[in-house]
Amino acid sequence: MTQRDRAAGIARWGGVVTGLGLLGLAWVYVRALVYTPVEATQGAAQKIFYVHVPAAWAALLAVSVTGILSIFYLWLKDRRIDLAAAASAEVGVAFGLVMLTTGPIWGKPIWGTWWTWDARLTSTLFLFLLFVGYLVLRGVLTDPGIRARFSSVIGILGLILVPFIHLTVYLFRTLHPAPIVLKPSAPSLPNAMLVTLLTSVAAFSVLYLGFLMQRYALALLRELREEALASAQ
Amino acid sequence: MRALLRAAWHIAVKDVAIEWRTKTAFASGLVFAVLVLAVLFFSRDPTAVASSDIAPGALWVTFTFAAMLGLNRAFLLERELHGLDGILLTPVPRAAIFWGKFGANLVFVGAIEAISLPLFVVFYDVPIWMRFGELVLVIAMATVAFVAVGTLLSAMAVRTRYAELMLPLLLLPFLVPPLVGGVQLTARLLEGRPLSDLSGWLKLIAAFDLAFVSLSALLFQVVIEE
Repeated sequence: MTQRDRAAGIARWGGVVTGLGLLGLAWVYVRALVYTPVEATQGAAQKIFYVHVPAAWAALLAVSVTGILSIFYLWLKDRRIDLAAAASAEVGVAFGLVMLTTGPIWGKPIWGTWWTWDARLTSTLFLFLLFVGYLVLRGVLTDPGIRARFSSVIGILGLILVPFIHLTVYLFRTLHPAPIVLKPSAPSLPNAMLVTLLTSVAAFSVLYLGFLMQRYALALLRELREEALASAQ
Repeated sequence: MRALLRAAWHIAVKDVAIEWRTKTAFASGLVFAVLVLAVLFFSRDPTAVASSDIAPGALWVTFTFAAMLGLNRAFLLERELHGLDGILLTPVPRAAIFWGKFGANLVFVGAIEAISLPLFVVFYDVPIWMRFGELVLVIAMATVAFVAVGTLLSAMAVRTRYAELMLPLLLLPFLVPPLVGGVQLTARLLEGRPLSDLSGWLKLIAAFDLAFVSLSALLFQVVIEE
């Protein structure tokens, strides 16, 4: 099996996984709108919760994966790790955009404001901007070795920066709701809502994996094509 | 260790000497700082907001913007004249290059800050003398933070075609903790609040310094290896 076949195989499987994720997402929409009770105080607006929280989860998962892969790249110096880190960053920026658009749409009717400079909003916004910067930096660097090293540095720095920004704004002030699922005591969500949320988190995770596989395969194929073009000349 | 410090010292002295002879970056950085201070004075409704209310923010925005303007200078010169290749050929530990550049940048940014601070007092009429020692400590701590990350990121930014654009894009997210901390601490000091009111922010900036100075020194070697 050639490298090209292997990359095409990953792309194909990525397509299958993405398809499964999209099916899961469709089911989440049906479940959230039809089978999950309407929240007592927030009404229908709360339904956006089932997209907003999983999108935030997928975005943070993606940038954490980028940060961890960056460490592994500097250690092992395998360019495929760098391509996977970049693919994860790109998917993370896409999910980040979903999180940053659904958040204000939810915030306006419930908080009465589109945006608030709270710890989590601010740290995710800066994380998002940093990873946009990461992608811009990759775009302006042409040498693959330098590109891989420099973007690994940004990936690692970003991983360390997030807790600092979080603490900074925490010292400043806060309005975002406290965690209701991942906390020391039992989740304070009714069962039906919790199941819908977890289904959605699972669907978004599968979608993330599908996007990541396709994006990674695309990067591999592009590199193979560039190599072929270079050797043909 | 001694060899590393000596090499770093020579690199820092070289950079400061180059700057001392031309003064181009220093002069433009200083004029830029004065301009920002002056422009920010008008970024308010004078009938509703006193200039002393925006003074801490104006001071720190000026410091960070002026620093950002000067940080590219350290590696732009090296790139144009292929000076870094020369340094890399000498038997100098790679870490010495970071500490040398870091030291020269600290001198550069510190000098701009030292001159714009009195101007800040003149323009905004704020009583900084009451808590002068503490204010200098806060400025020094925050400056160390953004000069360390800035030194690392500018070494990367100058390798791109858009150095002047890439550095702010990459550096600004890292300025959030020291910038917000600097503004909060300055505001509290100017209001004459007690030291216990400052400890949270001081700890945050100290932790940031520790984490990012060591991380920048470590990752710098990855950036300059050929």
